[in-house]
Amino acid sequence: MTRPEAVGLALSFLARLITGAQGHWYGCPPKAEQRIYFANHQSHFDWVLIWASLPRDLRAQTRPIAARDYWTATKLKHWITREVFNAVYVSRVRTEDEDPLEPLAEALRNGDSLVIFPEGTRGNKGDPAAFKAGLFHLAEQFPDVQLIPTWIDNVQRVMPKGEVVPVPILCSVTFGAPMQLARDEDKRTFLTRARDAVVALRSVAA
Amino acid sequence: MGSLRALTVSQQIGLLFVAIFGLLILATVLAFWRSLKEMTPRQAALHHRFVLDLRAVWIGTVLFWISWALGAAVATLLFAVVSFLALREFITLTHTRRADHRALLAVFFVVLPLQYVLAAGRAFNLFSVFIPVYAFAVLPILAALGNDATRFLERTAKIQWGTMVCVYGMSHAPALLLLSFPRYEERGAFLVLYIVIVVAVAQITHELVARRLRRRPIARHINRNLSWRTWLASALAGGLAGGLLYWITPFKPPQSFLIAFIAAGCAIFGDLVMKAMKRDAGIQRQGSTGSVTGAVGLLDRVAPMCFAAPVFFHSVRWYFGA
Repeated sequence: MTRPEAVGLALSFLARLITGAQGHWYGCPPKAEQRIYFANHQSHFDWVLIWASLPRDLRAQTRPIAARDYWTATKLKHWITREVFNAVYVSRVRTEDEDPLEPLAEALRNGDSLVIFPEGTRGNKGDPAAFKAGLFHLAEQFPDVQLIPTWIDNVQRVMPKGEVVPVPILCSVTFGAPMQLARDEDKRTFLTRARDAVVALRSVAA
Repeated sequence: MGSLRALTVSQQIGLLFVAIFGLLILATVLAFWRSLKEMTPRQAALHHRFVLDLRAVWIGTVLFWISWALGAAVATLLFAVVSFLALREFITLTHTRRADHRALLAVFFVVLPLQYVLAAGRAFNLFSVFIPVYAFAVLPILAALGNDATRFLERTAKIQWGTMVCVYGMSHAPALLLLSFPRYEERGAFLVLYIVIVVAVAQITHELVARRLRRRPIARHINRNLSWRTWLASALAGGLAGGLLYWITPFKPPQSFLIAFIAAGCAIFGDLVMKAMKRDAGIQRQGSTGSVTGAVGLLDRVAPMCFAAPVFFHSVRWYFGA
């Protein structure tokens, strides 16, 4: 076993110890198909929770998105995101000639699955904020990739914003039925529909 | 049965494990045989519940056997882990607020480990008061420092009550393991096994008796199955099991019966309290159906034990002056 694999297993053990990290496949089975999981975002823990709740053989090809400036700032952060999580780096500072979605598109062209948090930032209210346009553009470019709505439950209680040590509380990740961009569907309708699909999973989780 | 007492410790252990695993295998075979027959939905549900209880007893016995083989330190650690998991489930089910974060951290990472360290170190005087006196003074302070007065009393009570059941109650099981009586050294593990069996017998008896004996429930809004008669039957069955097991304890048969009766009675009421707690938290389904929050119903299984163990421990300790 290589070191990143060992660290990965240790992290998922830790996540399970603290949160249980239960994955519930409500609308689709855990299969090795190319997918974009899109989820509500409340904590830095969100990604680890999704990752730990995936079956082990899906983890390698499911990649998170990491802000380049933050996650490459120190050697440790860089190593963890690059080696353990195989993250896709995006830059938050937008330059004129660069498409911010390009690294994501490249990962999808390679056949990887992605996890994205379309709210853009961590929320601390019960309901997710309005979704940003990135999900729509990816759905447009890659119509064959399944879009899986995902609801992460309880995680805000584990580590509220501003706290460093997580409290052990059981969390769950609910994966819903795949959705697709309908023909002629405009951006706003699609994004609202996607957000509703995520929110609808909350009642399943409760 | 008196001759059983004359056997050496290892012979008694051997006999006990053969008997318990034999009974478990018998019960499992019977349950399987029954599962082949036609059942009404109600019977099927009860059967399902019984199978789950049986599985819990299996897991408990195997864990106990492992910890027996590996010594008291491992057993204490094992109970500490169970305690952690039960408390995690309890806190998940109750509604805490952001301001409780520090208090919760203290419960999980300070109070819980310390309580088990005290148990392992046989510091039973401090062990008995550490949570109800010191932890209960500190936890509300930490919660108050969170600067949120909303439902303060309710939140504090929930955290303290969770600590009381899942940490204080549970920690008495390994404490029994370490309790030493005159002329009863090295046999503390028997007391743990004793209380586990008594509680399990009481619970399973309750499941079985509640099907036949439909009487007026004591607390209709919490548990429709529990009536005074089913309670009495379960406590008597637990007492009887305890009476028959007197040879592994330092008690005489009537003492053993009485103590087991009290412990079994407490266990059944403990189950009732846990049900009330779950109703309050808005959980109608019983655990083990795989509720999506991931609360797997461990609490259901250990709560009766958590109620019975402290009563048992302190009555034994008080009576024998150990």
